[in-house]
Amino acid sequence: MNVKVAKEHPMGKKELRKEFCETLISMAEQDNRVVVLDADLMNAAGTKPFRAAFPERTFDCGVQEANMVGVAAGLSSRGFIPFTHTFGPFAARRACDQIFMSCAYAKQNVKVVGSDPGITAALNGGTHMPFEDMGIMSTIPEMTVVEPCDAVSVREVTKLAKETYGTWYIRLHRKEAPVIYEDGTEFEVGKAHLLREGKDVTIIAIGYLVAEALKAAEELEKEGISARVLDMWCLKPLDEEAVLAAASETGAIVTAENHNIRNGLGSAVASVLALHQPVPVEMVGVQDEFGEVGKVPYLAERFKLTAEEIVNKSRKVLARK
Amino acid sequence: MQNVNEVKRFAVEIRKETIKCIGKLGVGHIGGALSIVDLLAVLYSGEMNIDPADPKKDDRDMLVVSKGHSGPAVYATLALKGYFPIEMLETLNQPHTNLPSHCDMNRTPGIDMTTGSLGQGSSSAMGIACANRLKGYDNYTYLILGDGEIEEGQVWEAAIFANAKKLTKVIAFVDYNKCQIDDYVQDLCALGDIAKKFESFGWYAQNVEDGNDVEQIAAAIANAKAQNERPSVIVLNTVKGKGYSKIEGTLGSHNMPVDSSMVEEALAELDKQAQEIGE
Repeated sequence: MNVKVAKEHPMGKKELRKEFCETLISMAEQDNRVVVLDADLMNAAGTKPFRAAFPERTFDCGVQEANMVGVAAGLSSRGFIPFTHTFGPFAARRACDQIFMSCAYAKQNVKVVGSDPGITAALNGGTHMPFEDMGIMSTIPEMTVVEPCDAVSVREVTKLAKETYGTWYIRLHRKEAPVIYEDGTEFEVGKAHLLREGKDVTIIAIGYLVAEALKAAEELEKEGISARVLDMWCLKPLDEEAVLAAASETGAIVTAENHNIRNGLGSAVASVLALHQPVPVEMVGVQDEFGEVGKVPYLAERFKLTAEEIVNKSRKVLARK
Repeated sequence: MQNVNEVKRFAVEIRKETIKCIGKLGVGHIGGALSIVDLLAVLYSGEMNIDPADPKKDDRDMLVVSKGHSGPAVYATLALKGYFPIEMLETLNQPHTNLPSHCDMNRTPGIDMTTGSLGQGSSSAMGIACANRLKGYDNYTYLILGDGEIEEGQVWEAAIFANAKKLTKVIAFVDYNKCQIDDYVQDLCALGDIAKKFESFGWYAQNVEDGNDVEQIAAAIANAKAQNERPSVIVLNTVKGKGYSKIEGTLGSHNMPVDSSMVEEALAELDKQAQEIGE
């Protein structure tokens, strides 16, 4: 599997939703099974160009998340590949039963996109700030749960979702994000990406925290600590092999996620380690709290979703080795 | 529709097989299954464009039984139509069965959508209708809703959606048997004028006075098909447990024990009903 990690990680110039929409359009041009549904948030999702290109294959349902997901299930049952979008909380919480029964249990091919993960919900505040969405979705059998972190990964993961039968939850950050990958990087379901080799500790990160993990690894290097960094963009199925290799080769693990550590990446990694190869783990993530209103930099400090916190937790986990 | 008496006889046969398969297990959702039997008999007597030998025919008419707990009546209908061997009905809810309590499109030949969590079939039926239109078909999507079921908000989301997207090839039925699990609908969560409610959501709505009368059902479907402006709903005034007088109209019939003596009693009654149908 080809993984091309960018040498530097400046803020990307393209909003991720633009990449998402361009990918949808390009897929739809090649495959007339691709359809898009939204619940009155096409503007937010940046998918209006899709509607302009494929009006008949666009279903803006109004503020009807449950109905939207059910309609998608019906379209899927007739062979279409629906991508539904709403904010993450309204997908995972409001439409949970529809995703469970009409989609996953019924073995449909629906791609549920939930945007504004965690603190990126920012000024929409605690009501709109999903720290639980991946946990809810991961508990549904046979679901694939992913969170890309930059433009290249949004494009490739969206394409992979279209090519892989089954119901997916795709956690989508809509705005600009630091460049992590270069073009040509390949994504395979259930395969984490090694972003940086290291031997003392492994930082397993997802989504918004991937860039912070790379920053933390740079800082740790200055202290003489060699940190491996994995992008666990596919939360489910989890790359257990990569987790266990990290445990045996580095002996200590820090997880980092823009999500509640309960039922998120932290819990998933800890479960694998507890069952197969216990090593010290520290978890950077939301410590079972609700979100609150604020801009992203404030919220990152508030919930300790920073490179600095990853460094702190790395030191702590190393002391426990 | 085929000959009226043929359809009536078919309804009796469906009822007999429904009761037999629930009786084999000893318990089941018998009341709400029996109340929709006459509708099923009409739909599967030529109303729906289907082919039991080719259950996945792409341009077939489709049926979403959103009140998925009526599965046993649907299975009896499908078996009698030849979708699978009649003996398979005896496996209802037994380990490894392909006939679970609630309809499952991945297990049972002829089932078009997985249902069970109430309200959800309304949306998936609309999705099917959208898909069929995208494919360029003019086939119908039929939807069967329970009366208690339409207390679910999702049903009304779907109702708004169907009108907004002009899904004129949808024909929905409400099995208005007046009973839900805990109480009579009127006493627990009264629904008011169901047809008027749908009408105000932009649907073409009809009331059928006797929703267990195959002729009245067929006439309403013909009316629905005669217009092509709006999605259609047909409110069927039915009787829960219809056909087995001992349980007709009772709240307890929703999900009840059915022992062999009840099966015998019901079959005798149904045989008598069959004899009373003319040639």
